[in-house]
Amino acid sequence: MQFNTYQTENFHDEMFDEKGVARPEARLLLETIQSLEDGQLERCQLSAERLLLQLGITFNVYGDSSGTERIFPFDLIPRIVDAKEWDWIERGLKQRIHALNAFIDDIYHDQKILKDRIIPEEVIHSAAFYRSQCMGINPPGGVWCHITGTDLVRHGDGQIYVLEDNLRVPSGVSYVLENRDLMKRTFPQVFEGLRVRPVDDYPSKLLETLSSIAPKGATDNPTVVVLTPGIFNSAYFEHSFLAQKMGVQLVEGRDLAVQDNFVWMRTTKGLRKVDVIYRRIDDDFLDPKTFRADSVLGVPGLVEAYRAGNVSLANAPGNGVADDKVVYAYVPDMIRYYEGEDAILPNVPTYLCWRDQDRQHVLQNLDKLVVKAANEAGGYGMLIGPHSTAEQREDFHARITANPRNYIAQPTLALSRVPTLVDDHLEGRHVDLRPYILYGKEINVLPGGLTRVALRKGSLVVNSSQGGGSKDTWVLAAAEGSKA
Amino acid sequence: MTGVTRPLLSRVADALYWMGRYMERAESVARFIGVNLNLQLDLPLDPARQWQPLIDTSGDTEVFKERYGAATQDSVIEFLAYDTENPNSIYSCLTSARENARSVRETISSEMWAQVNSMYLQVQSQREMPDPEWLPEVFRSIRLGSHMFQGVTDATMSHSEAWHFVRLGRKLERADKTSRILDVKYFMLLPSLRDVGTPYDDIQWSAVLRSVSAFEMYRKKYGRIAPREIVEFLVLDREFPRSVHYCIRTADESLHAITGAPMGSYRYPSEQYIGLLRSELDFMSVESIIGQGIHEYLDALQVKMNTIDSSVANDFVARIPQDQTAPSQSQSQSQAQAGRSSR
Repeated sequence: MQFNTYQTENFHDEMFDEKGVARPEARLLLETIQSLEDGQLERCQLSAERLLLQLGITFNVYGDSSGTERIFPFDLIPRIVDAKEWDWIERGLKQRIHALNAFIDDIYHDQKILKDRIIPEEVIHSAAFYRSQCMGINPPGGVWCHITGTDLVRHGDGQIYVLEDNLRVPSGVSYVLENRDLMKRTFPQVFEGLRVRPVDDYPSKLLETLSSIAPKGATDNPTVVVLTPGIFNSAYFEHSFLAQKMGVQLVEGRDLAVQDNFVWMRTTKGLRKVDVIYRRIDDDFLDPKTFRADSVLGVPGLVEAYRAGNVSLANAPGNGVADDKVVYAYVPDMIRYYEGEDAILPNVPTYLCWRDQDRQHVLQNLDKLVVKAANEAGGYGMLIGPHSTAEQREDFHARITANPRNYIAQPTLALSRVPTLVDDHLEGRHVDLRPYILYGKEINVLPGGLTRVALRKGSLVVNSSQGGGSKDTWVLAAAEGSKA
Repeated sequence: MTGVTRPLLSRVADALYWMGRYMERAESVARFIGVNLNLQLDLPLDPARQWQPLIDTSGDTEVFKERYGAATQDSVIEFLAYDTENPNSIYSCLTSARENARSVRETISSEMWAQVNSMYLQVQSQREMPDPEWLPEVFRSIRLGSHMFQGVTDATMSHSEAWHFVRLGRKLERADKTSRILDVKYFMLLPSLRDVGTPYDDIQWSAVLRSVSAFEMYRKKYGRIAPREIVEFLVLDREFPRSVHYCIRTADESLHAITGAPMGSYRYPSEQYIGLLRSELDFMSVESIIGQGIHEYLDALQVKMNTIDSSVANDFVARIPQDQTAPSQSQSQSQAQAGRSSR
């Protein structure tokens, strides 16, 4: 396998610098790949894909009535992050999550940040995931966002930006662990000589985080469960994977009942008390008595039991208020307000369409900007200006004018690229990075995260539902003797 | 830190039980077809007489007649192996076994999941009936796959409550199938008294034994092929793993391991019913069975096994609301539990 035809095409490449020279952290890997016989990389790739199917590492596609499960495509060439850069990312993420958590706690208590006019009140009250039912709730330790999956991107300027915070029920961490496992099984020789930081301890750390938030009355070994909407959910594989790796029960809403304001699960030996629920169900469906009355996935009375402190929920309901893309624009201000520091990781510059001046600019530059609905995820409700048709732009023009609060716009980012196997050769494909942050007694960042890759040539959309795949992410340990 | 035994969710217990049952059912159907394919080479009969009993054994006579009409090799194999609308076809059984496994992936071992998933992927990729010369191999590989699943289950999963539910499902299913094949074949073979003692008779009865993998073991014990001994072996044998007695005894053991009640006592109705059946088989003689009439005896046995099945559901699963589907002739998982599995 040779790289002589490989072109960075003026994009920031994670493996090569602008002169086409391998970056220091990628050199060893490149040498290994170059030493492979013809066809060997393709064979490894094929066996990895076969393994994914055999192991049933799949996701369900919504709107596909046949209930087809698909594998989340995996590319063998890893993305490498050097120790120094990772150290900076980690500090930035810790700072950001700490501030976001303080913000959520403030919003559901005194709302000081609104009173001090740092964020306009109407932004919060019009946020789709603001939940007035959560006012005054005190989650254990004051932690609201126990598990976060922040989306990071690197732009053409070489700078890493935060794209989204994903505080509600972020998914994808199972692929981080499975990708690493897959790499070790199908392509072990590439690890040689490199000090790739392990990710295998994530389930232990997750269990530790969840156990640490158990209600006061619980034993030292609290009963933790993972709550899933069921096998037809697109992330079902991950739910069962995490339950299995933590050795805890995977429950559905129908397995749980609330009695005397405590939560119980139905077992073959009768009801057993549940202490901590890692819920992978959105707020709206959690409890028909508190949120959507038509939910059949949830548990009636759950939120009251939670409010009474008899059961803990991760993540805490209501934390989606900070997932709103308009609120996102204020995160640097939050960090200054709560932490008294400047943000380490920058935001992508964001135009808020409810500001008249911003809206004018956005409407005049729809062909250059990326427009996003404030409360959508998964790459839906989005316009990528430079790749859009006149018709699509007209549609968004109308939508923005009708509901300016619900739209933001950002410059189109030239996402960085990583070499990716395309048929029998390598081509650059755009990537993002989703690190996972756990917040229990302390804040813990999983080294690496999910590198999603837009497999279609030229595409900037990395979502699994829209032609995205993933790569293993290697965070290198600092060289001995040096301080990263 | 000392370990704790995590309680088993009722829904999970139900899924494990049915995973065990459906996998065993797929194996049984594959064996029945395999034996019949082999038998017709020795003993070509008219197709209806050759293949109809397989439909009768599965308990789907009416449904089959409605959809396919006459029994031929093709129509019967299509119905029993590939028909996606027949909840007892091999395809449906493996789909249901896998669906149940998928819903309890965190409880079973990864190896078990990989095995049931690969069997499912295999039948998924062979939705069309292959050329006739491939048929024996197709059904052989399903049997082997099921054996492997059983071995992997026993070797990689703790023999805890969850494992006992898998075993309970498998054993009750196996007892059911052995009694059914005996019932159908006995009824069919007995009237042809002029064949008694002829090579045809010998071949036919041998096929019955082969249908439950009992031929070799029977031979070792009795030598001569004779209906009375065959009934004794398949219903009452204490050592042969597919005899009704053996299956009920081991199912009884698993049920007691689940509840923690000592053997010979009961806490739940299901234990009471299985204990009654077990002690009956413990002390039953083949003369007494023949005296009552084989068909009458096996019919009553079926009713008892159905009662055990439904009381297992009542005792351990029923706290989940169930829909009101009437139990059909062949037992299957209720819709409320099974997501989208059969009936």
